[in-house]
Amino acid sequence: MTHVLDPDALPGATPAVHAPLPPYDDVIRSDAAFRAFLHGLPGVDQVGAEARAAQLGTRSIKTTSKAWAIDMAISMVDLTTLEGADTPGKVRSLAAKAKQPDPSDPTTPRVAAVCVYGDLAGVAREALAGTGIHVAAVATAFPSGRASRAVKIADVRDAVENGADEIDMVIDRGAFLTGRYLDVYEEIVAVKEACGDAHLKVILETGELKTLDNVRRASWIAMLAGGDFIKTSTGKVSPAATLPVGLVMLEAVRDFRIATGRQIGFKPAGGIRTTKDAVKHLVMINETVGPDWLDPDWFRFGASSLLNDLLLQRQKLRTGHYSGPDYVTVD
Amino acid sequence: MSVFEYAPAPESRSIVDIAPSYGLFIDGEFVDGTGESFTTVNPATEEVLTEVSSAGDADVDRAVRAARRAFERTWGPMRPADRGKYLFRIARLLQERAREFAVLESLDNGKPIRESRDVDVPLAAAHFFYHAGWADKLEHAGLGPAPRPLGVAGQVIPWNFPLLMLAWKVAPALATGNTVVLKPAETTPLTALLFAEVCRQADLPPGVVNIVTGAGDTGRAVVEHGDVDKVAFTGSTEVGRSIARAVAGTQKRLSLELGGKAANIVFDDAPIDQAVEGIVQGIFFNQGHVCCAGSRLLVQESIHDEVIASLQRRISTLRVGDPLDKNTDIGAINSAEQLARIRELSDIGEAEGAQRWQPACELPDRGYWFPPTVFTDVSPAHRIARDEVFGPVLSVLTFRTPDEAVAKANNSTYGLSAGIWSEKGSRILKIADQLRAGVVWANTFNKFDPTSPFGGYKQSGYGREGGRHGLAAYLTGDDSK
Amino acid sequence: MIGHDRLAVRKTYKLYVNGAFPRSESGRTYEVTDAKGHFQGNVAWASRKDARDAVVAARGAFAKWSGATAYNRGQVLYRVAEVMEGRHAQFCEEVATAEGLSTSKARAAVDAAIDRWVWYAGWTDKLAAVLGSANPVAGPYFDFSLPEPSGVVAVLAPQQSSLLGLVSVLAPVLATGNTAVVVTSRERPIPAVTLAEVLATSDVPGGVVNLLTGDAEELGPWLAEHADVDGIDLTGAPAGRAMEFEREAAGTIKRVIRPPATEPDWTADPGLSRMTPFLETKTVWHPMGV
Repeated sequence: MTHVLDPDALPGATPAVHAPLPPYDDVIRSDAAFRAFLHGLPGVDQVGAEARAAQLGTRSIKTTSKAWAIDMAISMVDLTTLEGADTPGKVRSLAAKAKQPDPSDPTTPRVAAVCVYGDLAGVAREALAGTGIHVAAVATAFPSGRASRAVKIADVRDAVENGADEIDMVIDRGAFLTGRYLDVYEEIVAVKEACGDAHLKVILETGELKTLDNVRRASWIAMLAGGDFIKTSTGKVSPAATLPVGLVMLEAVRDFRIATGRQIGFKPAGGIRTTKDAVKHLVMINETVGPDWLDPDWFRFGASSLLNDLLLQRQKLRTGHYSGPDYVTVD
Repeated sequence: MSVFEYAPAPESRSIVDIAPSYGLFIDGEFVDGTGESFTTVNPATEEVLTEVSSAGDADVDRAVRAARRAFERTWGPMRPADRGKYLFRIARLLQERAREFAVLESLDNGKPIRESRDVDVPLAAAHFFYHAGWADKLEHAGLGPAPRPLGVAGQVIPWNFPLLMLAWKVAPALATGNTVVLKPAETTPLTALLFAEVCRQADLPPGVVNIVTGAGDTGRAVVEHGDVDKVAFTGSTEVGRSIARAVAGTQKRLSLELGGKAANIVFDDAPIDQAVEGIVQGIFFNQGHVCCAGSRLLVQESIHDEVIASLQRRISTLRVGDPLDKNTDIGAINSAEQLARIRELSDIGEAEGAQRWQPACELPDRGYWFPPTVFTDVSPAHRIARDEVFGPVLSVLTFRTPDEAVAKANNSTYGLSAGIWSEKGSRILKIADQLRAGVVWANTFNKFDPTSPFGGYKQSGYGREGGRHGLAAYLTGDDSK
Repeated sequence: MIGHDRLAVRKTYKLYVNGAFPRSESGRTYEVTDAKGHFQGNVAWASRKDARDAVVAARGAFAKWSGATAYNRGQVLYRVAEVMEGRHAQFCEEVATAEGLSTSKARAAVDAAIDRWVWYAGWTDKLAAVLGSANPVAGPYFDFSLPEPSGVVAVLAPQQSSLLGLVSVLAPVLATGNTAVVVTSRERPIPAVTLAEVLATSDVPGGVVNLLTGDAEELGPWLAEHADVDGIDLTGAPAGRAMEFEREAAGTIKRVIRPPATEPDWTADPGLSRMTPFLETKTVWHPMGV
């Protein structure tokens, strides 16, 4: 429980293993202090944030800009399959597509990563060996996150051992929504430690956090705890990667870098299905955090069907006529 | 320089068909004016768009007589429900021809197509739609049991929102049973003339709407015409004064929507990112050619540096240029005269000791342009803190306490609008109560709606436009004199 | 009269400014007679500087008066009626004398004047409901409009109706939360001075009403041009001068009530027509989000 009235009260609070970067190194000294910090972040006016996101969505990206944006977007895709029915065959097929998204056009860029469940990370790793394409694995009792911390840590370790170099964890939304922010924080710290050299993407599952104030607070928890990326959603909860949520998370990574000097990546996932959606996100990055984030090292799309739409649009630009679903591969 | 350059995305201007010359619209016909014709230019390129007739006294007289006839013979006696139907028709025609109006507005005015397309034209249509519904319900408007129209309304509108201001004037006047002689601004007559065509497509009876183009003399002739019952003006306080003088001693009813110097107050508990957006929207919307523009930023001292840094970062992403490019945020200044005034006041600001900041931005070679500009270290004594610049120029002042914020905000001869940014509801309501301004935007700015009364306190004018309140300006009844 | 003829103690008729009863700073007075020309008194003749002081007083009183609750303002105005009732006989006599009315007609005028305060007292807390609105804008915003007072209103009171006319133009200014600088009837100022005494002994805060006996022709231009006056009621403007005053008022975009061609029947139901001209409409927008 929190101790709002006495920020210095520390009954039973476990000192975190990891201290946030200055100037925030003392904000986790207690539940109460952490809560005070998070609730002291500037509020988000939902209507204003939505209006701004919508306005960014009206940018008209055509011709050469569109071609650039499509290739950039393809190179940022975390090509994802997260189904109970996934098999090694399915993952190999996805890996093949990741390497060569459009067999009809070898100039098509490769995607950034293939994202799978941890038990299939080894299959993906083998299939992608030598390509430079990353293997991302979801872990920590994805998507609900409802398991003991020991199980979650084991899940992470298993995925890393299987060859994942990127771990997509979920935060404990239950803890967050009951105000146990330090629990959320410490779990991320523990997962980060278990990741070793693997990059950590922290999924906030914004569709369950409901308010943009919560999205901002959760973003800061994840960044302070050492996450390398913050990610909107599992893709299993709707709404997922909406533009207003993305805007608030981008503002968070922008502000965090200004304050600490450390750049954090951003990954919207879930619900981004069309080239138009992807371009809107690129515009939003461009005008909110700037070109430093226009790079697969700092921005990813968590998506499955998006890639084919990007490829169709790419073919249209190349050939000058509209393409059709038979001209892209079924995964 | 971004790695992500936006290729030009111009809206096609082929949708508009500008004639080589235009006459006046009187009694349902386009006729030549007796005054000397003038040209209207595209302020983004200085290209002459067309030549427009200027209405002399005799033309204005003809227009007023046509309006009087229509008031007495067709529009006045018409069933109110039918008047409403005409307005519904006009609303629909504006929607149908929305793109054409938007392109023409951007060409003639210099405003970005994004704004003419998403704000001016849809709001103009909404105004007609809203007022159409009032036409047969006026006895329920709380203005007496049987409110009556005034007669002929002489209306003079500005160049900053040519079609939208036309709609704000014409829609309530017609809905209440008045007829209209409207003078659009000299630099932006084209959408009013296209609107005349809409009136014809709607089969609006001749004389109900008359449009007389011209400069100040034409406006004066409209205002001073002896058979005009109502004068409505939107424009500068200076001209508003002279109009109020001109109608003194007559029975003409007058409504004035004049200048402003709105304070946009940002408290330390504001939603900062939205506040920054609101500041940008408040002062750079329509190049700052907005009477209710948030031209005075009052920011709490404790967050001054943070807000200014965010603001400068945000302003640096604004795209200044071709008004027809769909990605343009800031278009052209409407005229050489206005540009000269903006330059003059900005130079004075600098000379008085304020710090000028402008983002790196390339301006086109031809046309009238002024970059988005922020002045910090502004004191209430500086002219840029007092005079209406009517351009993309923000003056930043600071305050320490709510009382100081209110005192500084109210320290103006204007009182049109104000902004408040805070996450504390109780504070917002208190400050909103204390501000002497006709429109208070809390955690938003520059929002308009036909249902929402708009107008000023003090020297920002009197009378309201929009909502039930706006009807009062065009009706008489026991309670509305 | 029974007993010896007592020599009456006469009143010095002074101005009412900022809750006090000063003489004119100019030292001027003018002779006031009854309708038949008999001397009634030397009344303070307000100067432009008195008008200036009255505007300062009215401005100073505005924040508190406009900020009072509508309920409170209503009670204060009702209190004026109560205190007037106590001076009913005095008002009847003064009105009869000033206007040359019969006792019964004077009584009717006084009754109507008192009742007019009661009527306006009941308006204070209804105006926002009647003149305000919730505006259904096409977006996620809560949007409402409320009436607010314009500020300091100069009133050139009717020249004929010395009390009912005066109350009829003053009470609506106060009911709406404005503060007033009133130039009384030039020829018939004595009921106004008595009204000032009523105001001073009711609960109207000092400065909310300032009554200047004197000449509207002289003070009108100063008030019409005064930059710190927000509105002007020209009802009592001298014939032929109203247009000029209105033109001067245009210099600072004042709200103006034009004079009627002839002085109206003050017993008629005034409706809202004397309140709305000195009310502003404030519209407030706020987003609705979580």
